[in-house]
Amino acid sequence: MKVEQVSVFLENKQGSLEEVTRILRDANVNIRTLSLADTTDFGILRLIVNDVDTTSRALRDKGFRVSRTTVVAVEVPDKPGGLHSILEVLARDNIAVEYLYAYVEKSGENAVIIFRFDDSNAAIEVLRKNSFSVLSGDKLYSF
Amino acid sequence: MHDLQQLKRLQQVAQRVYHTVGFYRRSFDEAGVKPEDLKTLGDLKRFPFTTKQDLRDGYPFGLFAVPMSNVVRLHASSGTTGRSTVVGYTHRDIETWSELMARCFVAAGLTKNDIIHNAYGYGLFTGGLGAHYGAEKLGASVIPMSGGNTKRQLMILQDFGPTAICCTPSYALNLAEQGQAMGMDMRSLKLRVGIFGAEPWSDKMRDEIENTMDIMALNIYGLSEIMGPGVSMECTEGREGMHVFEDHFLVETINPDTGEVLPPGERGELVFTTLTKEAFPLVRYRTRDISRIITAPCRCGRTHHRMDRVTGRSDDMIIIRGVNVFPSQIEAVLVGIQGLEPHYQLIVDRVGTLDTLEVQVEVSDALFSNADEVRVLQKIERRINKDLKDFLGITAKIKLVEPKSLQRFEGKASRVIDKRQI
Repeated sequence: MKVEQVSVFLENKQGSLEEVTRILRDANVNIRTLSLADTTDFGILRLIVNDVDTTSRALRDKGFRVSRTTVVAVEVPDKPGGLHSILEVLARDNIAVEYLYAYVEKSGENAVIIFRFDDSNAAIEVLRKNSFSVLSGDKLYSF
Repeated sequence: MHDLQQLKRLQQVAQRVYHTVGFYRRSFDEAGVKPEDLKTLGDLKRFPFTTKQDLRDGYPFGLFAVPMSNVVRLHASSGTTGRSTVVGYTHRDIETWSELMARCFVAAGLTKNDIIHNAYGYGLFTGGLGAHYGAEKLGASVIPMSGGNTKRQLMILQDFGPTAICCTPSYALNLAEQGQAMGMDMRSLKLRVGIFGAEPWSDKMRDEIENTMDIMALNIYGLSEIMGPGVSMECTEGREGMHVFEDHFLVETINPDTGEVLPPGERGELVFTTLTKEAFPLVRYRTRDISRIITAPCRCGRTHHRMDRVTGRSDDMIIIRGVNVFPSQIEAVLVGIQGLEPHYQLIVDRVGTLDTLEVQVEVSDALFSNADEVRVLQKIERRINKDLKDFLGITAKIKLVEPKSLQRFEGKASRVIDKRQI
């Protein structure tokens, strides 16, 4: 029940993000969600896309450094306390979160939180035990 | 008379290296020359060159011509193990060096009544101790400041009232700039003269230093392989080229591509032979410094020929704030760090008065596939920074770049972009 995410190394300069989105448009890739971590010099763009293989190949061919990482997608109700209900159980079981980002399909319905854990398997086990809905990659890509 | 003394000393040094240094015996034999072949100074051109690589191959003491029991001092160029150049000195070598540095101070118009602020680095680098011994030899009062700690330097310049300063020209400008920022009037200090070297500079920089500090700025030349600072020095009267101390060093200019000796006046690579050094004598050492010899008499009356300002290098060595670095040394540091590949570029610039070095390193697949986290990449940046500082003594800004940002080289790579306009 893990999801593959594509990470791209970007220099912090004008136009580098635009180049990535152009390559993805030309490769007919749809971005489900994304996050950008940045420092003064560089950034890491993390993408959940409908086609991981095409995305990595297209970016790699254009000289980008790309990696595929495993993340965990969890569905929560889009209402106050939604994210907290997950973090609460994770904290209780000492599961460390490396980073997370989220998106909402339709306002008021469910939100999807993308987690990067040190130990994905342990995290999934804890989430399942607490009856959270962990989404499969297929489900996520084809929303 | 010059020539006779030089020839006699040259013959002696050739004999000595041939009989005491294995490297020279092999190198002379391979070239089919014997020390006895030196009948005139012109015969020297038949002798083989000594290169930086030869010195590295002999690391650490392979080219020493005396037993270690006679060596009283060691200095070394920066470098990772096995790549630096180690030089040794006997008692007499230190004596000669002090004498020559004292001559430099005299050429700068200094006497025992002067106070010399010595801001060249003390340590393995020859600058600090070289100038120090010369200043003591002269009988001047020397302030052994060493480099760095700029605020303290400024306080001492103000409180101790030195009349002369030794440092790199860019550091002099930096001192002036920071002094002015602190509200000091740099022109009203007691400083009268500055002896600047260890990095390339220009007459434009000279004017700037002289105007901001109200001193006379003089150029000094040297390299650790030959001795250290004090191989040649400008005089206050001429200020057009540095007098080479030809009683201790024989200088030639060559075409760096063919090795052919050039007539005086023509620009080429300087090649030095040490005439009196005991511990570390060198025959026809290729400095890679580009300059020319000036034979016209100097108005100061000194008869030693002069060499012009060094205008460049015939190799890829770069000088950052007085520290010599080869791109290959930076490469060695990079490949020593797990996960990095030797794809890099060096950007040298001058911001204000100080040299800056940016090391652009490609984010390798190995590195990024394991880590899409900012902190992992930042940790690598810090590691590179620390290793460059520890091994090479240079401070650099590390910039991780996308693979496509770096030019891919075929054949000889040119990895340095020097934006400095000196």
